[in-house]
Amino acid sequence: MVRFENVGLRYGLGPEILRDLSFLIPAHSFQFLTGPSGAGKTSLLRLLFLSLRPTRGLVNLFGHDISLLGKEQVADLRKRIGIVLQDFRLLDHMTTYENVALPFRVMGREESSYRREVIDLLKWVGLGERMDALPPILSGGEKQRAAIARAVISRPHLLLADEPTGSVDPTLGRRLLRLFIELNKSGTAVVIATHDITLMDQYDARRLVLHQGRLHIYE
Amino acid sequence: MTRGGWCCIRDGCTSMSRNGDEHAPLVDLGKERPQLPARARNMSPIVPRASISGRALVAVVAIMTFLASITTGTVLLVSASAAEWQSEVASEITIQVRPAAGRDLARDATAVTEAMRAQPGIVEVRPFSKDESAKLLEPWLGSGLSLDELPVPRVIVARVQPGTVLDLAKLRVRVTQVAPSASVDDHRAWIERMRSMTGATVFAGIGILALVIIATIISVSFATRGAMAANRPIVEVLHFVGAGDSYIANRFLRHFLRLGLEGGVIGGGIAMLGFGFSESIAGWFSGTPVGDQFAALLGTFSLRPSGYLVLAVQAVVIAAITAWASRRTLFATLDDID
Repeated sequence: MVRFENVGLRYGLGPEILRDLSFLIPAHSFQFLTGPSGAGKTSLLRLLFLSLRPTRGLVNLFGHDISLLGKEQVADLRKRIGIVLQDFRLLDHMTTYENVALPFRVMGREESSYRREVIDLLKWVGLGERMDALPPILSGGEKQRAAIARAVISRPHLLLADEPTGSVDPTLGRRLLRLFIELNKSGTAVVIATHDITLMDQYDARRLVLHQGRLHIYE
Repeated sequence: MTRGGWCCIRDGCTSMSRNGDEHAPLVDLGKERPQLPARARNMSPIVPRASISGRALVAVVAIMTFLASITTGTVLLVSASAAEWQSEVASEITIQVRPAAGRDLARDATAVTEAMRAQPGIVEVRPFSKDESAKLLEPWLGSGLSLDELPVPRVIVARVQPGTVLDLAKLRVRVTQVAPSASVDDHRAWIERMRSMTGATVFAGIGILALVIIATIISVSFATRGAMAANRPIVEVLHFVGAGDSYIANRFLRHFLRLGLEGGVIGGGIAMLGFGFSESIAGWFSGTPVGDQFAALLGTFSLRPSGYLVLAVQAVVIAAITAWASRRTLFATLDDID
């Protein structure tokens, strides 16, 4: 599904922050991406999400060499990827429901065709009572859950999550992890970037550890 | 990759049930399932209307459309009046029979009149009598003048059948055969001057229109850049959820097309009202030197229905230019954001 070969990344003329990354993310796989702060986890997620291009090496995503893709093709591939960012990136003028339903709206689907699905998921992540609330009045944890719901609602083939349980209590963290696990069981490849050892200890999965720009894989 | 149906992930239940249904629910809440509201919940526009500072842009487009409409309307008025004058002047031929030594002026004038009447394509020939000629000279020479003391030429006006092309050279030969001192004037020089004046007016009008359109494009481009900068977080989120540039651009484009149409309707509407009332306004000034000059130059100072149609089409074109300029800037800015 995802193949990196000798990938390097630098910002501008600065030092290379990711070096010689070579790894595979198979379909249906589950992995944690971890490492100290500043190791490049978010940059690697952005490479996987095609919002950054590598300065060297080959990135192959869903069978496409990304260096050969045009903008519209990148947009099409992104429809198959769900992403949860640390800063949530919710749209402040839209309700929680509308934020979560946004991927369906962009796909051009009728609202009646996905309304039940969105409401059920919002209930599941504990936002059933906050569907009509605007993000500015949501707590950090509620925003995070809304961002996760938006990322998983369209059942992506690849889910990328950057510290997805950072703002929630341990109980809700476990509940969200189970959502990711079930998503994975239904066919989605999951990459969760986290510092949270407790979270990683709850599920036996492959670990990708970034250290000083290099990647170490523990199967 | 075929996406399977979703499993039950209620608390305590993690069993999978793949049924191949693409739209099966993501999670099953069992008895917790809420009653679904009947109303649609996607009410908010993706790009909020308030985030685009529209008032200034509507004002700019309205002013530009107003200026463009006034320019076009004036050009149409001048062109219509000039065409009217030209057709009137072009349908007449004036023959002057000058007094010459050894020639009888009255007989020459009669001979020319007869010759003109015999000419095919001439529908009316009107020789000016001595008294009528004296009246023509009255503004310069005063009244009570005896023409017998002056060598005043006699004037004969012939009206040409509309659509007839006369062989002027042949006509001149025929007229000079019967009266060697006669000259034929088809007002060609006057018509040429009219044509150049009308051409210059149209050219100036097109120049002003071009400047107005350029100013509109620049204003719209700045407004679009401002709107995109203010809505950058929305653009980024739309990219995250897989929206292409065309989808994003169309969300913004709707706003700019609406703003352009609003401005076009206001500016074009005011200009049309102005032309609608211009006849009354011209009436207020009738009898004054300014009013008479305008009446002589522009006739009734009122646009024909086709003129109003042109102004309406022009307002729509300016709205379309607004949308086009916005779209161009949108794609350029989206390239930067990505």
